[in-house]
Amino acid sequence: MSTNRTIVTEADPIFGRLTLDSIPFEDPIIMTTFTVVAIGGLGLVGSILYFGKLKYLWEEWFTSVDHKKIGIMYVIVAMIMLFRGFSDALLMRSQQAVAVASESGAGYLPPEHYDQIFTAHGVIMIFFVAMPLIVGLMNIVVPLQIGARDVAFPFLNSLSFWLFVSGALLMNISLFVGEFAATGWLAYPPLSGIEYSPWVGVDYWLWALQISGIGTLLTGVNFVVTILRMRAPGMTLMKMPVFTWTSFCANVLIVVAFPILTVSLTLLTLDRYIGTHFFTGDMGGNQMMYVNLIWAWGHPEVYILILPAFGVFSEITATFSRKRLFGYTSLIWATICIMLMSFVVWLHHFFTMGAGANVNAFFGVATMIISIPTGVKIFNWLFTMYKGQVEFSAPMWWTVSFFLTFTIGGMTGVMLAIPAADFVLHNSLFLVAHFHNVIIGGSLFGYFAGITYWWPKATGFTLDETLGKWACGLWTVGFFMAFMPLYILGFMGMTRRLNYYDNPVWNNWLLVAGAGALIVLCAIAVQFYQMFASIRDQKSNRDWTGDPWNARTLEWATSSPPPFYNFALLPEVRDRDHWTDMKELGLAYKRPSKYQRIHMPKNTWAGIVIGGISLVLGFAMVWWIWWLAILSGVAMLGAWIIYAFQDDKDYYVEVDQIEAIEKKHFSNLGRVGESVTEDLESDAVTISV
Amino acid sequence: MAHVQTENTHGPGGSAHGSLSEYMVGLSLSIILTAIPFAIVMSGSLNETASIVLILLCAVGQVMVQLVFFLHMNTSSEQMWNSVSAVFVILLVMILIVGSVWIMQHLNHNMLMGH
Repeated sequence: MSTNRTIVTEADPIFGRLTLDSIPFEDPIIMTTFTVVAIGGLGLVGSILYFGKLKYLWEEWFTSVDHKKIGIMYVIVAMIMLFRGFSDALLMRSQQAVAVASESGAGYLPPEHYDQIFTAHGVIMIFFVAMPLIVGLMNIVVPLQIGARDVAFPFLNSLSFWLFVSGALLMNISLFVGEFAATGWLAYPPLSGIEYSPWVGVDYWLWALQISGIGTLLTGVNFVVTILRMRAPGMTLMKMPVFTWTSFCANVLIVVAFPILTVSLTLLTLDRYIGTHFFTGDMGGNQMMYVNLIWAWGHPEVYILILPAFGVFSEITATFSRKRLFGYTSLIWATICIMLMSFVVWLHHFFTMGAGANVNAFFGVATMIISIPTGVKIFNWLFTMYKGQVEFSAPMWWTVSFFLTFTIGGMTGVMLAIPAADFVLHNSLFLVAHFHNVIIGGSLFGYFAGITYWWPKATGFTLDETLGKWACGLWTVGFFMAFMPLYILGFMGMTRRLNYYDNPVWNNWLLVAGAGALIVLCAIAVQFYQMFASIRDQKSNRDWTGDPWNARTLEWATSSPPPFYNFALLPEVRDRDHWTDMKELGLAYKRPSKYQRIHMPKNTWAGIVIGGISLVLGFAMVWWIWWLAILSGVAMLGAWIIYAFQDDKDYYVEVDQIEAIEKKHFSNLGRVGESVTEDLESDAVTISV
Repeated sequence: MAHVQTENTHGPGGSAHGSLSEYMVGLSLSIILTAIPFAIVMSGSLNETASIVLILLCAVGQVMVQLVFFLHMNTSSEQMWNSVSAVFVILLVMILIVGSVWIMQHLNHNMLMGH
């Protein structure tokens, strides 16, 4: 859209580069979307005010430092962003279905709009869908699995979440005010430099990622400390549940890798804002250094996304095979190997940039080696299922679908790891098919499996099984239909990111891929309906025991949802599958004779306020509104100082309150097996999502 | 980190708090280590190789000063996790630096950047 627009290069002292002309009034797609979003947003705010829920939301959710609530909010935001990211995917699929020369000309999306769509799709799906889904799951599960009462730094957790939200909002504002980057999701210079992207698109990209990336980094610090320092007594490292282990490795990767992203973004920002030459073509700058740095972060990022999903599958396979996980130790060491090795493969993302044979060979071989520990894990899960009493519930459906899909994606990955083959396949739709194959079939299916599996823990009622299986089936069929044609098209020579092509032979396969995307649309619709229906029917799906799957690890020892303090008495861990051990020894569901008061953090306004101001800061920096940027920067610092000097940050939960909550839980345990009709009549249901 | 679980602390929280004099020494050392590279570049009195080597040495020294004087790292046994993570991070930083230099040399050679 920058083509038919006057680009302001001299910043106005009040409004910076922002003018009325910055809003794309002439684009019907964007204006229609804007109208729908505006009406929807006003409707939402209006109904919150009308039903007087603002105070409830503020006190119980927005200012909450409870890891379970923060986790749920992460998942909600991720699902909303999935909606937008998938809309972008549908736009691309439909554009490519019609944009063949002999048929209808150039399709309906002009190049500069199409370029923003594929950039936004990638950025949203990685940073604002996959990351929050996995951070959300970690938030909900990890403290419960290790027997902790919250994360190590509860306020920091809230701040992380609101920084992430503010990055997501900034990204969405770019749709309606100005433009988004048209550079591809990693914004390589020189295209992302000020010379070739003179307007605000890349700046939106920079600030949205910078703000949410800092949130992620804080999350990483938080969880590393939580897992290392706050495990229940008796839980040694090799007694930790696998999901906690894989989350731990993912968070170590966050702590080590995200600073590289922060620095790369900062250097590119300096290039664009004050005219430095880190990544320009002259004055000693080097664009290839940017590619090197961004992938030194980018490859560990891939494993940040997939490792926790491996943990999810491990928990689910063991639970639904009614067996202890096969080869726990080998699985943990495989995870640690992957964590280390993910730092020696980053060059495989740019084999063709011109490094010599030695360099390419080293990184090619390293890439093939890293597939070995991943293969080890697949066998761990298969042998866990072998001779187990496998129960094919919805989480298990996702898991089996993952085995199938991810194995194919992994093998095409090994193909791409051969530098000589990569010279043929790079930048083609084969690559696009490969990474969707591992990210959807690996990470995303893992998150969906995890959401299905831990949903009752977070909310107190299970998701509808039948609809869950439908969603999984439709996702699997839709995925294969949408992406297998892309492998073929890659072999046929079709490159990625085309908004127009003149080879009619490709069109048939793109139509198949488009149909596949529509099946995925159905799958997503079923998922949203599944959540809606399960919330509606929650009284008949209620989980009174806290352990609806007869599961093995510590989180299932609590009620569903757990009380805000998680554990009235901290457990003494003896076994890897502690909850199974307790059930077998008959120690489960025993009411302790007395309770102690519990030290808990108080809710705080600081997370949402500092996060909110960071949105203003990002917007001001994008539009060169310097006074506002300085003001919001000072305000963020001020809010943090005020918070730091607050004494009133924690309190004690008194014994009588704990006794009341626990008594209710133990009386609910007695309701197990009550018929559905009785449940429907009961008025004890107070928990709503 | 002791916000939540005071009943369940696992020994001391990793690092001690420093004294005022320790912070002052750290501050002056870090300022000196920042001033030297500036002086080298602004005066231009050394040749290129010597400048780069000195600046790199100052950077490494700066990292050490930050770790010792501000993060209070030492080799005592209570700091097992700090030491383990320090070794781990040093390993990874070395991989990244050596790897990047190796890659960039190849690229600069083959792509004639900066020539």
